[in-house]
Amino acid sequence: MTEIERHAFDVVVIGAGGAGLRAAIEARSRGMRTAVVCKSLFGKAHTVMAEGGIAAAMGNVNPNDGWQVHFRDTMRGGKFLNNWRMAELHAKEAPERVWELETYGALFDRTKDGRISQRNFGGHEYPRLAHVGDRTGLELIRTLQQQIVALQQRDFQEFGDYEAGLRVFGECTVTDLLVESGRVAGAFGYWRESGRFLLFEAPSVVLATGGIGKSYKVTSNSWEYTGDGHALALRAGAALINMEFVQFHPTGMVWPPSVKGILVTESVRGDGGVLRNSEGRRFMFDYIPEVFKEKYADNETEADRWYDDPDHNRRPPELLPRDEVARAINAEVKAGRGSPHGGVFLDIASRLPGEEIQRRLPSMYHQFRELADVDITREPMEVGPTCHYVMGGVEVDPDSAASGVPGLFAAGEVAGGMHGSNRLGGNSLSDLLVFGRRAGMGAASYVESIGQDRPTPVESEVDNAARWALAPFGERGPDGPPENPYTLQMELQQVMNDLVGIIRRSDEMEQALKKLDDLGRRVRNVMVEGHRQYNPGWHLALDLRNMVLVSECVARSALERTESRGGHTRDDFPQMDPEWRHQLLACELEHSESGESRADRMDGVRVLRRPQPAMRPDLLALFELAELTKFYLAEELAEHPSEKG
Amino acid sequence: MTASTHHPGRADTAIRTRRTDRWWLPPLLTFLGLTAFVVYGVVRVFMNKWYWVGEYQYLAPFFSPCVTGGCVPGASHFGQWLPDLGILAPPVVVLPFVLGFRLTCYYYRKAYYRSFWLSPPACAVAEPHGSYTGERRFPLILQNSHRYFFYAAVPVASVLTYDVVIAFHGADGGFGVGLGTLILLVNVVLIWAYTLSCHSCRHIVGGRLTHFSRHPVRYWMWTQVSRMNARHMQLAWASLFSVAFADLYVALVASGAITDLRLFN
Amino acid sequence: MGYQAHFRVWRGDADSGALRDFRVEVNEGEVVLDVIHRLQATQCPDLAVRWNCKAGKCGSCSAEINGRPRLMCMTRMSTFAEDETVTVTPMRTFPLVRDLVTDVSYNYAKAREIPSFQPPADLAPGEYRMQQVDVQRSQEFRKCIECFLCQNTCHVVRDHEDNEQAFAGPRYLMRVAELEMHPLDTADRHQDAQTQHGLGFCNITKCCTEVCPEHIKITDNALIPLKERVADRRYDPLARLFRRRKE
Ligand SMILES: Cc1cc2nc3c(=O)[nH]c(=O)nc-3n(C[C@H](O)[C@H](O)[C@H](O)COP(=O)(O)OP(=O)(O)OC[C@H]3O[C@@H](n4cnc5c(N)ncnc54)[C@H](O)[C@@H]3O)c2cc1C
Ligand code: SF4
Ligand code: SF4
Ligand code: FES
Ligand code: FES
Repeated sequence: MTEIERHAFDVVVIGAGGAGLRAAIEARSRGMRTAVVCKSLFGKAHTVMAEGGIAAAMGNVNPNDGWQVHFRDTMRGGKFLNNWRMAELHAKEAPERVWELETYGALFDRTKDGRISQRNFGGHEYPRLAHVGDRTGLELIRTLQQQIVALQQRDFQEFGDYEAGLRVFGECTVTDLLVESGRVAGAFGYWRESGRFLLFEAPSVVLATGGIGKSYKVTSNSWEYTGDGHALALRAGAALINMEFVQFHPTGMVWPPSVKGILVTESVRGDGGVLRNSEGRRFMFDYIPEVFKEKYADNETEADRWYDDPDHNRRPPELLPRDEVARAINAEVKAGRGSPHGGVFLDIASRLPGEEIQRRLPSMYHQFRELADVDITREPMEVGPTCHYVMGGVEVDPDSAASGVPGLFAAGEVAGGMHGSNRLGGNSLSDLLVFGRRAGMGAASYVESIGQDRPTPVESEVDNAARWALAPFGERGPDGPPENPYTLQMELQQVMNDLVGIIRRSDEMEQALKKLDDLGRRVRNVMVEGHRQYNPGWHLALDLRNMVLVSECVARSALERTESRGGHTRDDFPQMDPEWRHQLLACELEHSESGESRADRMDGVRVLRRPQPAMRPDLLALFELAELTKFYLAEELAEHPSEKG
Repeated sequence: MTASTHHPGRADTAIRTRRTDRWWLPPLLTFLGLTAFVVYGVVRVFMNKWYWVGEYQYLAPFFSPCVTGGCVPGASHFGQWLPDLGILAPPVVVLPFVLGFRLTCYYYRKAYYRSFWLSPPACAVAEPHGSYTGERRFPLILQNSHRYFFYAAVPVASVLTYDVVIAFHGADGGFGVGLGTLILLVNVVLIWAYTLSCHSCRHIVGGRLTHFSRHPVRYWMWTQVSRMNARHMQLAWASLFSVAFADLYVALVASGAITDLRLFN
Repeated sequence: MGYQAHFRVWRGDADSGALRDFRVEVNEGEVVLDVIHRLQATQCPDLAVRWNCKAGKCGSCSAEINGRPRLMCMTRMSTFAEDETVTVTPMRTFPLVRDLVTDVSYNYAKAREIPSFQPPADLAPGEYRMQQVDVQRSQEFRKCIECFLCQNTCHVVRDHEDNEQAFAGPRYLMRVAELEMHPLDTADRHQDAQTQHGLGFCNITKCCTEVCPEHIKITDNALIPLKERVADRRYDPLARLFRRRKE
């Protein structure tokens, strides 16, 4: 049917954020012909928005830090639901990955003795976040981008062609993965610019597509976050785990309406900012949960002393993990103690001199001045929770990032497991580097292992993919009135925000599922105007399918998990339940073999329970028994050394 | 990016600019300001008189140092080591250095490229020239000699400083301060500030270093120069104005049009 | 609170195009990009516009608003009078793809021509030691979000397409300066700046600095210092005499 541009590669990386670029660098360095495909321009991926820093236990500021401490913090933050092997690899390898960035040319802020400076962040026991002011993500992405260019320059010298071994396909969206006899055979997509189709023939695909936040109305995420990778994996036959865990960042902008949701970095609190309600009270002292009482100060004087003397004081409660802070803000607003525009006050103005604020938080200063007419060196900011990150994602093997489908790998936000039920700030950027590299390695060794035995895409599947992508142009008759993609997107965002948001109830989620079902049907009737050249209406129509599918996973898993934990809070089951600690929920797509079109063959999402493997004893021994008993069932702790005596 | 299959075709190039603000105002003001200065300068130099007020030892900055045989008695503090050049007034000796300094100054370059040469007249306003080669060829490649003019500007500013010192001179020969003294003082402060805030100066004192941390003193000097350098444009205008004003004031006093306002003796 | 604004938006592709008039609602606190999105959602669903973060961080939404090169997501509607016509056109220097979207591949091509960071051979990862004062000049340049507004505005290429080959543009000359000032970079970059990347085209008229949304002092802190360094090497016999390698 339509003309299709064809390319052959060894490894196709979908996504040019931190994870994708690091994976591509690794794959290329291992001799693979590699493609990087991304929806936006090269260098614009969502990772640029990250502000606070990269968590890595280098111990530059406090030498007591080490991978064990980082590992403990990560597990605690995730309420022990994390894949412990991933958390272990992450804690151990993050410092090397950060140092490696310096060899690519990164310039982090420095300590007095010339090392990489590290800052405090919620949930991290020691100052641990390597940073560049509050634009760390930009530094990360630019550094990796420039390293890709460096590799291309090397290829140019050798082969006379910059793109001989590593090519970036910018503004190119992948709509389908091609699977042949259960193995990855390639990927299908279109150029946003021209609307023309392309086919990548490749035995391995690394998903690094980021998150799903655009399904929520109030979010810090950009339009790219439509859950494409999650949906691609599902449709290819892989499973998603932990989808019920969605992180709401406690501090997003709440005013003016058009910027609602834009992130206010946690560094504001890390550098001394405090939260107050309309009565001027530092309310976080009222919300310290039992499990954190030992680590957090219960009065202002001690909390304030901590900034200068962290070894002898407990931390201020503003630096509790994000889920706790977000819930507290939510509760304050509900109780009528919110700020004029429905948030609470975040005050740094009264805590640091103006100059210092501008030096440490330049882009926050800029953001509030330009977008809200607020001078943060003089006035408090108004903030409230915003959908920020999805802990759930493709179920992968910790060491190789391989999914259940041979040839399919996933890293970064699109992969699940590492962060358990709640991610600590700064742990994502390090996750991208650690597992991006591992995914690149995994893909390279997979490609080497299969040798010449490469699956080839079946032509009829390619045609199917093309037909499916063109459906919104009405080349296929709709089975209902035509729908506007923008309207549907807004409806979806409202449903997810209101019914599967920060606080959840079973009746609301049931209702959400009904609406999602209905939206799913209507999405098939979406019709778009115009032609295929850079047509945002069409792009959105294709993304919407993924958004609805992934939203359904979130809602179904959330309904299934009858407890509250991390990024999943149930009004009707407010307690954390140890019985649930070792249970993971996995979503898979039900395929029916019959049915003509692809849409007909996809029946909806099925949620399965998976046991969480028990933690290796030497890792378990890193925790005090007293702490573990708050999370674990007694019989699970038999392996703990102090239990064994 | 690697996809571009279509051919270059820019949008909306039919009109010169879509700017709706008064973008032509700043280049116009610059044009008028610089022209006025040049006209004044030329007139003053060819006037070739009224630059020395012996009573208070005021020397008009345009005529300093006065080293030709044509200088009026008393005005030559550094000797007269050149003969009277006739129609060429005394300033011809330093003027090339002073003008060269300003002409090759990074700020003035911007100013006259924009306002005289319209290259470009303002940002996002098309320039009227068919081709453009920048500062890559003769004569504009000579702009790279700016640092030498900077070296020359330092003694010139020192001479003006000396002029100020001796301008603290009373009618009866001892110490004295008049309005003229203060004007000359302000002028020399501005001249120094302009000179030291020069980009070449910034480069020479520390900018060329890669490791500030190994040269703390030069780093300190660099930060000070950088601070002034951020105001280089303002200083360029202020010193241009002050030099003309000081000159005019001395001329008026010397010609007897006004009498100096004496503050002390 | 809300009002109806008059917008004129460029619509068209590489072959033909024109400004189209729209009446569109504007609410308190909105930026130009919000209004463009409203046009998409209500009047022309296929209006092409490039954007991403809507927070001034990614540098995707560059365009010209009333003739001034700006980020659409950082241009507040309150900067215009309610009865003022707001004209939005694509960046002029780059070939048009469609509507407000241009083909910015020129910039990526230039990026590839700047030799990358060359680390010292004798330092292992983790052994890098740099002082804050030594990195902060380059850090300023690394704030660049690659919006390409400076590249678009610089008259060297905006008004003279024929210079595109020889001129890297302010963003990439700044990249040379960044590496040049990097405390651990071992490459020698002065000569190339002049001969390969076209530093001599720049006549320091500062439009790049004027439009940079990150407020990077491109001309003062990158281009002029680079010109001075080039002068040290090429044009100044005295400095050449006393030259020492990276101090
Ligand atoms: C405002 C903000 C601040 C943050 N701050 C921090 C922080 O301080 N520290 C921290 O650790 N984390 C932070 N995070 C989280 C972190 O930035 C993200 O989780 C992380 O960047 C995700 O990276 P990624 O590589 O997985 O994907 P992204 O960087 O999101 O990249 C996704 C890529 O996939 C591409 N893509 C998606 N779908 C398709 C498709 N269908 N076809 C082709 N390409 C596709 C996109 O174009 C993009 O290139 C922050 C997040 C936000 C939103
Ligand atoms: S200062 Fe130089 S680089 Fe910047 S816009 Fe002007 S000519 Fe271009
Ligand atoms: S230097 Fe400034 S204007 Fe130029 S691309 Fe970077 S951010 Fe944009
Ligand atoms: S005097 Fe202006 S830059 Fe040197
Ligand atoms: S959308 Fe990212 S800078 Fe405007």
